[in-house]
Amino acid sequence: MTNAMFRVWKGQGEQASFKDYHTDVTGGMVVLDAIHQIQAETEPTLACRWNCKAGKCGSCSAEINGKPRLMCMTRLDTLDLSMPVIVEPMKSFPHIKDLVADVSWNYEVKKRIKPFRPRKPDAPDGTWRMQQSDVDRVQEFRKCIECFLCQNVCHVLRDHHKHDEFAGPRHFVYTAALEMHPLDTEDRTAYLKDEEGLGYCNITKCCTKVCPEHITITDNAIIPLKERVVDEFYDPLTRLFRIFKPKG
Amino acid sequence: MSRGIDVRLPQVRKLGETSRTDAWWVQPLLTFLGLGAFIVYSTWAAFQGKNFSYDGGGAHYLSPFYSPLLWDPPGMHTGHAWFGEAPSWLLSMWPSFLVFSPALLILWAPGGFRFTCYYYRGAYYKAFWADPMNCSVGEPGFRQENYRGEKKLPLIFQNVHRYFLYLALMFLVLLAYDAVMSYVFTNPDTKQKGFGIGVGSLVLTINPILLGGYTLGCHSFRHLIGGRKDELGGGAGKKAYDCASCLNRSHMLWAWMSLFWVGFTDFYVRMCAMGYWSDFRIL
Repeated sequence: MTNAMFRVWKGQGEQASFKDYHTDVTGGMVVLDAIHQIQAETEPTLACRWNCKAGKCGSCSAEINGKPRLMCMTRLDTLDLSMPVIVEPMKSFPHIKDLVADVSWNYEVKKRIKPFRPRKPDAPDGTWRMQQSDVDRVQEFRKCIECFLCQNVCHVLRDHHKHDEFAGPRHFVYTAALEMHPLDTEDRTAYLKDEEGLGYCNITKCCTKVCPEHITITDNAIIPLKERVVDEFYDPLTRLFRIFKPKG
Repeated sequence: MSRGIDVRLPQVRKLGETSRTDAWWVQPLLTFLGLGAFIVYSTWAAFQGKNFSYDGGGAHYLSPFYSPLLWDPPGMHTGHAWFGEAPSWLLSMWPSFLVFSPALLILWAPGGFRFTCYYYRGAYYKAFWADPMNCSVGEPGFRQENYRGEKKLPLIFQNVHRYFLYLALMFLVLLAYDAVMSYVFTNPDTKQKGFGIGVGSLVLTINPILLGGYTLGCHSFRHLIGGRKDELGGGAGKKAYDCASCLNRSHMLWAWMSLFWVGFTDFYVRMCAMGYWSDFRIL
């Protein structure tokens, strides 16, 4: 058993600041366990959001030693406990209290993305036929648990506050899952360019690095979408070929 | 366009400000040093206009910085030039303060390919422009709300990447040809050409292999050969896409290995041509 120090963001608005807590930790504990222990032992008003404690609900997103991570998936034996463990709320969203940020902006943005629009059924019984390999590509994107760590680490939102013009990596993954789906017939490239602000992404790959589901966000979702936008708006040769391409 | 959603944020970080406790500055520093060293060396080599080919011992080595060699500099006969010695009209247009260097006629193409490459963009935005310096590390204050990304001028021109890809594919073929020609040696006495292997042959062979791994794993190439489609099916197109995806997964590694090796290949040929190194003949 080790006595570890946790430097936790505590309070609301201008009054919020770091507060130090000591607690005994043992092997196998995660940061969320330590936060719960601090709540039980010394600070019952310490607010944090959590649910499944299994890395699947995406509720306990926070910044641990400056890195966006899930508290329930960050084992204490991976951290240097001789130094204070810094625990902060996500910084790309409005702060509510202690470790809780208001992520509702994400839900509003998601509602505005054009929904799935399948082609007409392939068979008279109303079913479709697809290659498994074609579905596999979008299946990766469906692993997203909406923890919004990718949104939090993205500097376009975090540092430049482009919330009005930029949808963020989570919504690019969501759009990619729709746009690359073999049955979908909707065209979202203009929306991606103008409303989702795809061009603001400058490919830092930070979103990919923090994804707890290991979705290759930049290489498999964002860059392929950027290429589709190039096809539609920035590549005169592709547009020329499209004129002569047989319809059907 | 405004979404009309009020998002008031708690804080704005300053340049380099972060709660990260790891050595977050190491990665951008290494990128800065690696890319900086290559830019300095390649610029120096490109402006030399000499020592870019080696014919000692009957070899036919040509530096990749000068390939394709369109014209030989005045007074030089390397045997690699497509159109012989530089014509007078070209020399009359050449700036008088610069030594004529055929590398300057072609290097913009592979240089442009790397400059607009998705991997390098992310890397040099961090290392050279602190945009951001690293993940969850604060940026320069002046940029804050004025950030333009690649949505507006000037970086919107990064979208030209696929055109540089088309050129890079042509360069790949030309450098593969140079590699093949490096196995052809001219007998100094009989002037007959025959097969041979020098260390330089191996150096020139590794170069297009690494460049191939980098170019064929390019995100734009992956898109063009199948990524643009929602249904790939199971035929040759799917296999090609999977192959490009496989290379793409290690795109960063291929980018660095090919960058180092293309510089080293020029260095090897240059050292041999200047007489500092002698090319060891294996066969």
